[in-house]
Amino acid sequence: MSYRPTIVAFLCNWCAYTGADLAGTSRLRYAPNIRIIRVMCSGRIEPTFILKAFQQGADGVLICGCHPGDCHYQEGNYKCLRRFKLIQKYVDQMGIEKDRLQLEWISASEGRQFAELVNNMTKTLLILGPSKIKSSLEVEHLKQ
Amino acid sequence: MPSDTSNPKPKIKLAIYWGAACGGCCVSVLDTHEKLLDIVANADLVFWPIAMDIKYKDVEAMPDQSIDLTLFNGAVRNSENKHMAEVLRKKSKIMVAYGACAYMGGIPGLANLYSKDLIFKRAYEESESTMNPDKVRPVVQFEVKEGTLSIPEFFNDVYTLNQIVDIDYFIPGCPPQSERLIEVFTAIVTGIGLPPKGSVVGALEKTNCDGCLRKKTDNKLIKRFYRPWEIQDDKETCFLEQGVICMGPATRGGCGVRCVVGNSPCRGCYGPPPGSPDPGAKMMSAIGTMIDANKPEEIDEIIETIVDPAGLFYRFSLPGSILGRKLL
Repeated sequence: MSYRPTIVAFLCNWCAYTGADLAGTSRLRYAPNIRIIRVMCSGRIEPTFILKAFQQGADGVLICGCHPGDCHYQEGNYKCLRRFKLIQKYVDQMGIEKDRLQLEWISASEGRQFAELVNNMTKTLLILGPSKIKSSLEVEHLKQ
Repeated sequence: MPSDTSNPKPKIKLAIYWGAACGGCCVSVLDTHEKLLDIVANADLVFWPIAMDIKYKDVEAMPDQSIDLTLFNGAVRNSENKHMAEVLRKKSKIMVAYGACAYMGGIPGLANLYSKDLIFKRAYEESESTMNPDKVRPVVQFEVKEGTLSIPEFFNDVYTLNQIVDIDYFIPGCPPQSERLIEVFTAIVTGIGLPPKGSVVGALEKTNCDGCLRKKTDNKLIKRFYRPWEIQDDKETCFLEQGVICMGPATRGGCGVRCVVGNSPCRGCYGPPPGSPDPGAKMMSAIGTMIDANKPEEIDEIIETIVDPAGLFYRFSLPGSILGRKLL
């Protein structure tokens, strides 16, 4: 079967998820490669979530939160940004290309931007090809 | 634990084996000092390569389940480690992954940042002390006129012991504290206070910070991280507050915070606390809240001072972590 990238997206409840909802209710067409998980705040997204998504075969992970200054919980999105930068450095060291992990700010009114973002990320992942995690983990299964 | 030799209770059979290990775990058993006599009073050592001359074939000839307790230290790096892990699993009633390498992969596990091929290339071709113009590399089997010579096969990955065989208990540490070994050994000999299978024993439920005596405040905002040699430690303030990364918040207590008492930041050999599968992710989460900047460029600058996240946050735990290895 031809390669269709899978994006796991963590969207904050207040801005990004509402923005994605707007894309839907506005009947915008965008790439169907995204699997959205709603969290209350982008500051809730633990590095474990991102690593687990990659481990279970996601070709890309997308994080969306409120624009800086707009966080429903004052500064959750700043915490998210700092963690994101650090974990991006780590996944790059682990052989996962930096572009597979993206962070964007999407407000509740930015349905169009959300649709474009998903399209662009899908394109990027098509160029990068499938994640190497599957081939890397399939090499040796030793436990009897 | 009674050391009375007239104790009618039969001695338990104890085996200690090393996989990909430095030998420090075996020494930690000796570090029980005079308590070692108590261990020997209650246990017959049936197999311990560092101390006794017993061959693999002797172990293979033992009846199944005939060893009461096996302490297996070291990661699984090659087919010999794997073979012995499987043999000992079959022969043992209780198998314990002893030490950070058996538990999470340990220092040898950092080889998972490379592949077998890259490691061989470095070791047999590129290293400064190597003269190998024909690029000879070890082969598993080699024919000579007397017959076939063989050596263990070197795997591409380093594995934790639990990734190869079922494990009853885990004792973390690099090496585990000898006092903890005595406690666990006593529990196994008496059968009292043994937790369910799969538990981490000989360690606490709380993180290392809980037992740390350094001065801590709520002000953990950092403008720049330092490697330990870049800064003069004031010997009393929390390392993290000084900007030195200390794995305390993402590490199980139980070691007695010995590194910090010795004025060195925690490196995380006791593994993650209960409920967090991945010590590095836990630590990155904590560090994320400490970075004192909101602008992307400033954050980048601060993160640049964390030179090697994979090696720092996963020093003892790479094979046992979520990603497990570098994807190649």
